[in-house]
Parts: sequence; C-alpha cells; structure tokens
Amino acid sequence: MGAILEINGPLVKLELPQTVIGEQVRVGRMGLVGEVIGRDGDTALAQLYEDTAGLRPGEEAEGLGWPLSVELGPGLLGAIFDGVQRPLQAVREQSGDRIARGVAVPSLPRDKAWHFVPDPTRQAGGMLTGGDVLGSVQETESILHRILTPPLIQGELLELAPEGDYTLDEAIGRVKLADGRIEKLHLFHRWPVRTPRPFKQRDHAVAPLITGQRILDTFYPLLKGGKAAIPGPFGAGKTMLQQQIARWCNAEIVIYVGCGERGNELTDVLEFMPELKDPHTGRPLMERTLLVANTSNMPVVAREASIYVGITLAEYFRDQGYDVVMVADSTSRWAEALREVAGRLGQMPVEEGYPAYLGSRLAAFYERAGRVETFAGDHGSVTLIGAVSPPGGDFSEPVTSHTKEIIQTFWALSKELADARHYPAVDWLESFSGYVKSAAKWWAETVDPNWESARAEALDLLAASEELQRIVNLVGVEALSSEQRWTLEAAGLIKEGLLQQSATDDVDSFASPEKQYALLAALLDIYRHGMRLVKLGAPARRLIQLPLLAQARRWKSQHGSDDLAALKAKIAAIPDSFEPLIQEYTVPLSTLREATP
Amino acid sequence: MKNIEFRTATSAQGGLVVMGGVPGVAAGSRVQLRDHAGRIRSGLVIRAADDAVLVEVFEGTDELDLERTWVRFLDEPFKLPVSRDIMGRIFNGSGLPRDGRPPIVSADRRDVNGEPLNPAARAYPREFIQTGISAIDGMNSLTRGQKLPIFSGGGLPHNRVAAQIVRQAKLLGEEAAEFVVVFAAFGASHADARFFQESFEESGVLNKVVMFLNLADEPVIERLLTPRAALTAAEYLAFDLDYHVLVVMTDMTAYAEALREVAVLRGDVPARKGYPGYLYSDLAEIYERAGRIKNRRGSITMIPVLSMPSDDITHPIPDLTGYITEGQIVLGRELANQGVYPPVTVLPSLSRLMKDGVGKNFTREDHPHVASQLFASYAKALEVRGLAAIIGAEELSDADRRTLEFADAFERRFIGQGEDEDRSIHETLNLAWDLLSMLPAESLIRVSEDELAKYHKGAEA
Repeated sequence: MGAILEINGPLVKLELPQTVIGEQVRVGRMGLVGEVIGRDGDTALAQLYEDTAGLRPGEEAEGLGWPLSVELGPGLLGAIFDGVQRPLQAVREQSGDRIARGVAVPSLPRDKAWHFVPDPTRQAGGMLTGGDVLGSVQETESILHRILTPPLIQGELLELAPEGDYTLDEAIGRVKLADGRIEKLHLFHRWPVRTPRPFKQRDHAVAPLITGQRILDTFYPLLKGGKAAIPGPFGAGKTMLQQQIARWCNAEIVIYVGCGERGNELTDVLEFMPELKDPHTGRPLMERTLLVANTSNMPVVAREASIYVGITLAEYFRDQGYDVVMVADSTSRWAEALREVAGRLGQMPVEEGYPAYLGSRLAAFYERAGRVETFAGDHGSVTLIGAVSPPGGDFSEPVTSHTKEIIQTFWALSKELADARHYPAVDWLESFSGYVKSAAKWWAETVDPNWESARAEALDLLAASEELQRIVNLVGVEALSSEQRWTLEAAGLIKEGLLQQSATDDVDSFASPEKQYALLAALLDIYRHGMRLVKLGAPARRLIQLPLLAQARRWKSQHGSDDLAALKAKIAAIPDSFEPLIQEYTVPLSTLREATP
Repeated sequence: MKNIEFRTATSAQGGLVVMGGVPGVAAGSRVQLRDHAGRIRSGLVIRAADDAVLVEVFEGTDELDLERTWVRFLDEPFKLPVSRDIMGRIFNGSGLPRDGRPPIVSADRRDVNGEPLNPAARAYPREFIQTGISAIDGMNSLTRGQKLPIFSGGGLPHNRVAAQIVRQAKLLGEEAAEFVVVFAAFGASHADARFFQESFEESGVLNKVVMFLNLADEPVIERLLTPRAALTAAEYLAFDLDYHVLVVMTDMTAYAEALREVAVLRGDVPARKGYPGYLYSDLAEIYERAGRIKNRRGSITMIPVLSMPSDDITHPIPDLTGYITEGQIVLGRELANQGVYPPVTVLPSLSRLMKDGVGKNFTREDHPHVASQLFASYAKALEVRGLAAIIGAEELSDADRRTLEFADAFERRFIGQGEDEDRSIHETLNLAWDLLSMLPAESLIRVSEDELAKYHKGAEA
C-alpha cells in the first residue's frame, strides 16, 4: 500500500515501492484509476484517467498488478465505451447524465447469459494453443462471435462445456498448462492494450475496401488491411467522410474511436446507426459497430489510451477471422494528449512542443493494421483510417507530416473545395494511394478490365485542367484554344458529375463499384466524343451548349446502384447527342471524292 | 482545516503564491487570502504536495506582503450558489454580485467545473432556431443545443450581430417566451458591456438575462473562472428549471490570452504561439457544456464571440475553436467596408448541424438544396469577379456578367439586411429564389428539377 505525495494536474507522484511501469493504480478515497508512467526509487509517477481535483497528499494509493487491459468477449458489439473501456450506457445507469469519478463498472455485462456452441473438433485431452477457436456465440444476427483461447495459453484441454447458456463469470472449460497449472477458460479474456495481439503471420492485402465513395474507391483506393489518413482543416468535412466510411464500407466490423472530438457527433452516430441498414447484409448497422468515445471534454489521459483500446478491440475481431475497419478521429488529439503529458513530465519538446518520440509512437500504432493469418488458420484484417486535424490546415505540421510517411493512402481534404461546398472535399491533386496496382487487379477481375486506364485518363484530365485554370485566372477563358476549353469543360463535368457526392442524397450516398465505373466511363466517353469533334473543327463554344452536359451532371443522383440498367441506357445514347454536330463538321465522303482528281 | 489561517507563503509572483508546510491540502480546492490591509482575495490550489502548495490568486498578487498574508484553505472546489433569483442579476467573474444587490443565498452550490456529460446521455440537436438573419438561417442554420461561434475581428460589428440574434432568436411554431439568456463577458470593455446591457434593456429581456462580467481592467486570472461560472448558471437554468438557454460569451480570445498568461507563469511548455498544449482541452471543457440531454426539456445553445487576431482564421484560438464547435459564422472586413451589415462571409462560414435541422418537416423541403446552390453559385461568382478584376468587366461574356450581377445582388440583398429586420425563413428562401432566378436554370444543378419548376422564375424546365 502506498500514498500520494504530490498532485499536479492529471499527474500524481506516489510513494509506491516495487511498482512496474504501466501498472494500473487506484489512488485516493475516490478510487481514481491511472497508470504508472515513471519510477524513481520508491516514488512512482502516475497519470490518472480522471480529474484529480479533491485528491490530497497523504491519501492511499495501491498498485493493481496488471497493465491497462480490455475485456474481450460477447457484449462488445453495439456498445459505446469510454477511453478506458467503461461502458457508457451502464455508467449512465449508475451515475446519471454526467460521468461521476471513480465509477467502477465491468466493461462487459456480467448478468447476461450467452448461448455458447462448442466447436465440435475440440475434445477433452486435445492440445490447445492461444488463438484456437473454442466455440461460438451468435452475438448479433449478422455476427458470429468466435470464442478464442487467450493468446499465450498452451496446454491440454481437460474439459469443454457442452452447448448451453453461460454468463461471463462461469467457466466454460479448463486447460492444463505445460507447468502443470490448471487454468479456467471463460467466454472472455483480457488483453493489455499497449501490446499488439499475436498472429501466425502477415499476409498480403488483396481486396480493396469498398466505401461507396467514388473519389476514394475509384481514385485513391484503400485495401482491407491497409492504412490511410484523412488530414483536413476544420470544416473540410472530415467527420462526414469518416461517418460515410463507417456507414457504407464493406468491412464486417467497424470500430469508431472518437478521440477528443465533439460529443454531439457521437450522439449523431449513436442515433443514426441503429436506423441505418448495412448495405451488404441488410441488418442494422449498429450490430457490426462498436464505439469508443473520449470526447474533448473528457479527461485527457484517457484520450491517449482510447486509441489503444480501439485497436486492441479491432485485433480481437481480426483474430476471429473478420475484416475490421477502425476509424480514429482524431489522431491529432491523441498526439496532443501525448504532448500534454510530456510537457508535464518536463520532457524536452522538439517540434511545436511535441516530444521526440511522436513519430515512432505513430508508426508503431499504424503498424498494428494489416491482413494476417490467424492462429486458427483464418484470414482477418484490420484497416486503419486515422483522421488528422492539422492546426490551421497546415500539412507540414508534425502530426500530418509524420503520418504521411507512414500511411499508404492519403485522402487530403481541402478547405477551398469545402468552402465551395464541393463534398467530399478530397483534393484530387494532393491525395495519393500506394495501393492502386493491387486494387487494379481486383477492379479488372470484378468490374471492368479498363478500370486502371480510365482512372488514369480522368486524373490526367483533372491535372491538365488545373494548369489551364491557372491560365484562365490570368488572362481569361477567351485566351484558350477550343481544345483547351473543352478539356476544362470536361474536367468540370468530372468534378461535378463524378467526384461530388452528397452524403445526404439518398440515391447517391453509396455508389456500388459498378455504378462508379459506369459513370466514370460515361463521362470519359462524353469527353472523347467532344474532343473528336473539336479536332474536326467544331468550336468548344458549341459543345458547351449541349444539354447533355447539364443532364450528365444529374445522372449520379437519378440512378441508384440498383438501377444501373436505366443509367446504362442513357450512356448508350451519348453518341446521339453529338450526332447533329458530327453531321455538320464531318466533310461528306462524296465531297472528298470529288476533290480528288 | 477550514478555520485555520496559515501565514507560510514563501513566494509570490504574477498571480501565483507558493505556500510552505501545509499538509493534506486537496488539489483544486478554494483558497481565501487576507492581505495586510484586510482585503480578501480568492484563489485555487493548482499543485498540492506536503511541502509546497501552489495557489493561483484570482485578484492577482499585487501589493501582497508575504509576511503579512494569511491564507485559509476552504477544502472545497470553487462553487456557485444557484437559485431562481439569479435571473436578472449581474455578477462578477467569480459569481459575486456587481449590481449592488445582496449576494445569492442558496444551499444549492455547484462546482463551477461541472462534470463531463456522458455522450450516451446527450440528445442530438435537431430543432431549427430562426434568428431572422438570412445569411445564418438560409445558409448556416442554428439548431437548439448547438455551439456556433462568431469569428470576427477588431472593429467588426460582432456585438451588434450577437445582440440581434439574442433579440430575434425563436423556434418555428412556438412562442418565443421560453428563452433565457446567460451573458458572459471577459476582457470586454466597459463600452461593450454597456452596449449589451442597453440592448437587452431596450428589447425588454433584461429580467431574463443573467450577466457575468469580467471587464478588461479586472483581474486576468478571474477570466478563467468567468465562463465556468456562467455555464454553471446556464446548466442550472436549462437542466433544473427546463429553460432554453442562449449563452453568449465574449471574447474567447481574451480568455485564451488569460490562459496563456497563467500557463507561462506556471512554467507550462508552450505549444503554438506560446499557448499551452492544453488550450484545446481547456476550450473544449467550456464549449462542450452546450447541448441537450435525453429526457430533459431545457437546452443550452452557445454563441461564443471571438476576435481573430489580425483577422487570421488559422490562429490557434479560432483554429482550435473551429475543431470543437459545430461550425462558425465568419464576419469579414471586406463586406463591412462596403457597408454590408451583417458582414457574414458565407463561404468560410458553416453550420455542421444544419443538415439535420432543415428541410422537409423542419423548415421547407427546398432549403438544403437552395443553401447548397447559393454556396456553389456564389463561389463561382467570386471566381468570375476575380477574373473581371484582371481582364476587365468588358471582356466578360454575357453569362459571366449575369453572374457578377448575381454576386452583387446576393451581397446587398441577401447577406445585407437591417439591424432590426427580422426575416422569416420563408422570406429568406423566397429571396434566395429571387436571386437564383437571375441565373439560367440549367446552371443550377444543386437544386432538383422539380424545385426549379416550382420556384425558379423564368425557368423553362
């Protein structure tokens, strides 16, 4: 038993001999929880997850004997946890609308019984290794929760419970370890959040994560098991884009970590998720979703922990063989929490007050993404999408620049686009994806063999129009040749008819890969027809007046992903719109013949 | 312990006092200092250890004589007494009366720091508040429970805009009577405080206003307490007495500067522009107290005013604020110089909660599309205006010239309006269509074809 020596904001100096760095501590009469971050002889420095007001020097402190861990088992899905995995719904029942300090509620409900079906291949007397599947619980209609042997356990299975209803406190089996000790097995186990969960081996990521957002899927794809960042100044639509991904992506489990963000945004997620259907299974989205919330007004130390809690939960579902997406909003707040604590520890700041280990912590965190082969022989993946909130929208600041070096897909949000209400405001010139080659294989096999060249053509067009726009800004549009004007017009068509995609448009909020490609191909088709005409001598002025251009801009919101036949009919009719002009500007063959002697 | 006076101050500097040899003092507890002249000052314990206790003194440490300073530790956090009687009263930054009337006596005393609201207990703001200002209602709508700051600059009419919102704000289809106002000024000038007071008086709402004033010449450290005291009062009015509370706070820049001043004294590591790394968390503690709670009738809607240093929206204060609040109303010098009132620069302005509070069942079915179209058309028009400035208006095409006319009319007639002009949302939307009708129907792709047919004047569609 130890005692408090000094209180300084969230940091508390304790007299606590023989503690271990990372150990959980409970301090003071209120029983506030925290973790040891430093030791000097018999004194230890701890950071507390809760506000320290009211603590006094001299009050008791005790080490709990384990590091910050999460409970992994049935009851996770559909839940909302705080940054140290306290279930916020249950906390509300206990302490009311506001979060009182020192509330102790188990992360997973203890009174609820789950229907456990043992794996028929598991027999008493067989050998058991960490990660092996013991059986399963149908947690929600769409998700089968596989009950895993805790990692690091190895031994002989002495007994496995028969099919039936069990609570988390009841043992479902016993295993005899190599040293002869007998360990009980439960429907859940604990895992320390700062240690990555083990797996058999890393695998190549192969399939793209389909988000239904054209600018992402078609232009800057992300793979299942990949890592992406969404940097953007405030008001650029970061939150909306992440919510769109959480809603529509074809992952089996979505973990949304609200790290230092707005309370109302989480409320929004909590309210709309249960109403929405998973486009891939038709079940309520909440059944595959799990929220970790440390809003900006909640204690800063728990904010630092929340990211690790989220990624550990993601790894746990990955180990069951699922494709998991974790959205972290925002990693900048996490970095700031790191900075705040480092500042109080008096550590030497390097850039903008951040400690020197910022880059390595970020890299280690993103390394926990990936597609793996599990110990049970399945394939699972964790896709990490981290939002970054650069101060003043300056992408050269430390968190953005470090992140940029680590991730493979970079969805850069632009204030200018957002100001003009071009959503999603993903900047097509600043963004990049290192996964295009792998994604191209999938698109070619699944949707259309020409995907890669069509994508490249559209991007070239956009880049060319950017150059032209600069000229226009200097000398006006009249200075452009017809060819250049048409290029500019076609780029505008791609921006408005393809890249812009409204989250609130019921028809277009999600676009299937087939619809994405159909639109892309159609707009490029219009561009090529026009370009042919311009080369035949038609002035761009005439082309720009074609009603087809205004019509094509509306196609995306007229035809949903389930109504592609009608869209394709319109696409097939594109040449008709150009026909009169073609007649006019094509020299009839007969005149040609007459001219030739 | 409450009744013991210690005379063990070992050092004092810039608002901070170190006390030696006072064991067992609780962190965050309130402190009372009596100086040699018998004046009472109050403070807070910000670092506690048995051998040294660091105390932050709200009234500052000027003229403090260490040997003749007696300190009592009150053993509780800073609390604000609340009762119905606070309505119509004026307090200083730490909750003491400054209107010459007796202090509030109540057994109900609340910790001004509050406790974080459980995200699972929040109700999402969805009810449209009509402010009568087109640039806000039409394009950046405010909803009940939202926090929507006004980003402004020195010399811009942010106070007049804030006062106009307070006068005109109402819910559609409901009597305006349920609103009460909590007004907090920190670092504000006497003139500003007087302006608000008179404006409340004129509109006859003064008995529904609670004011917390910490003026520019008053102690800086007290500024850190002022918004917390005001929000404690607001929470009481909203969640105990079921009022819809509109909280107006000015000026958040003065608050953040006070925070920086104190942080430097404490020796905190500076992050950006000398502001402490915890500026974000600290601002969030204030802003996040806005909102609604499930199964409670009242609400807190917050309109913080902040002046952007050198009109720079990327300065840490507006920047961090923008990351916490649900949008921002940006006032611009260019419009103000052209005599447009209110000079709302619509493009960088935003209301994040608008999407869920307007449209069918809330305002009018075409509202979201009209807003989106106005943004797109005006952004396009500004590009054309930039071009015209270079190549001359004569060189523009007819279509571009019409676009320019639209931009001028939009600024003059839609953004611009009288300080007493209270436009209904229908008036605002109809006006928007009048202006959009200056543009050819086929260029308006953000609105649906049905809406074009219904509202666009001279639409062939």
